[in-house]
Amino acid sequence: MRIAVASGKGGTGKTTVAVALAQVIAGRTRLLDCDVEAPNCHLFLRPNGVETETVGIPVPQVDAAKCTACGDCGQFCEFNAIVSFKTEPLLFPELCHGCGGCMKVCPEGAIREVDRPIGVIEHGDCGGVELVQGRLNVGEALAPPLVRAVKAYACANGVTIVDSPAGTSCTMIEAVRECDYVVMVTEPTPFGLRDLKLAVGAVRVLRIPFGVVVNRVGIGDGRVNEYCHSQNIPLLLEIADDRHIAEAYSRGETIIGAVPAMRSTFAQLFHRVESECHHA
Amino acid sequence: MKIAVTAQGVTPDSPVDPRFGRAATFVLFDTETSESHAVHNDQGVNASGGAGIQAAETVSRLGAELVITGHCGPKAFRALEAAGIKVVVGAAGTVTEAISRFTGGALQPASAADTDEHWS
Repeated sequence: MRIAVASGKGGTGKTTVAVALAQVIAGRTRLLDCDVEAPNCHLFLRPNGVETETVGIPVPQVDAAKCTACGDCGQFCEFNAIVSFKTEPLLFPELCHGCGGCMKVCPEGAIREVDRPIGVIEHGDCGGVELVQGRLNVGEALAPPLVRAVKAYACANGVTIVDSPAGTSCTMIEAVRECDYVVMVTEPTPFGLRDLKLAVGAVRVLRIPFGVVVNRVGIGDGRVNEYCHSQNIPLLLEIADDRHIAEAYSRGETIIGAVPAMRSTFAQLFHRVESECHHA
Repeated sequence: MKIAVTAQGVTPDSPVDPRFGRAATFVLFDTETSESHAVHNDQGVNASGGAGIQAAETVSRLGAELVITGHCGPKAFRALEAAGIKVVVGAAGTVTEAISRFTGGALQPASAADTDEHWS
């Protein structure tokens, strides 16, 4: 089973929820931090024995001896990563999405692919929770291939928890697609509601069942709850606004570490998600 | 010689667009006939990335041998160089003024990009 933890708005508590879910099912779970532009689960779980591997995407390399400067490769490329002015093609690897199209359309077979590193995957054990996180290289724009590489670590039998990036961009879509359920974490504010609606729209297109966790209940207003009720969206859990939790967070402590009673709360959340998945 | 000037409008009295890749239009001026016409740079304006490269392809296809613009970044400069198109940076005022400053010798082709990528 794969459970994605997503939100529209950033800073609503995705990582808090993802880490807590992983902790209550420790021993049979893998947590994938797919927020590759700013992975932060490791700050709370502090993995041991971290191993690192480089992730790259295939980019073209041109064999000048075979190239006839026909320009077909440049005509094909939508991203201006390869361009020919009736000359041997110019390459802009940082624009390449790694689709391989230029190689396929080259009538001379003059293009082959070489790997260009875009980031790393780091994995380590955190007391029964196996953490796998992607870390995109600074300045790199192309995150989805790295998210895909992280998701390849989803476990075959156990439970995979995916910590998704905020928003509804390509990276978020890549993180939540092919998951069995999405836990949307929001806050009861107008911003939280607005961005929740966007995320709900995206997940509905992907036809993935989902429910909502409202965090920091007590701030804002009741419109998130009204929205969920009117849309028949399951309200999975409400977490009260608690300064104690925020202070613990600022020290890199998990919510279960700060409030031990939360262990059973999140265990219930997991069982609820599990049953929602079976009903879907 | 055909000159492509980056412009904010479609006539020779339009202001020069300081951007190359995402310029609104290219005003093509033929120094032999003194005739001009404008071409919209929709592909460059709408490109998610590589707008300068796209614009270099456009002016190359239009037969320009020289580009007059405000600024030119490194990718665009490399592409224009490969296409055999010289580039003049630092132009301002109207298209007509920019062309006369170039023909009068006040503006010279650049030997390198004059700005970083995504400067505006």
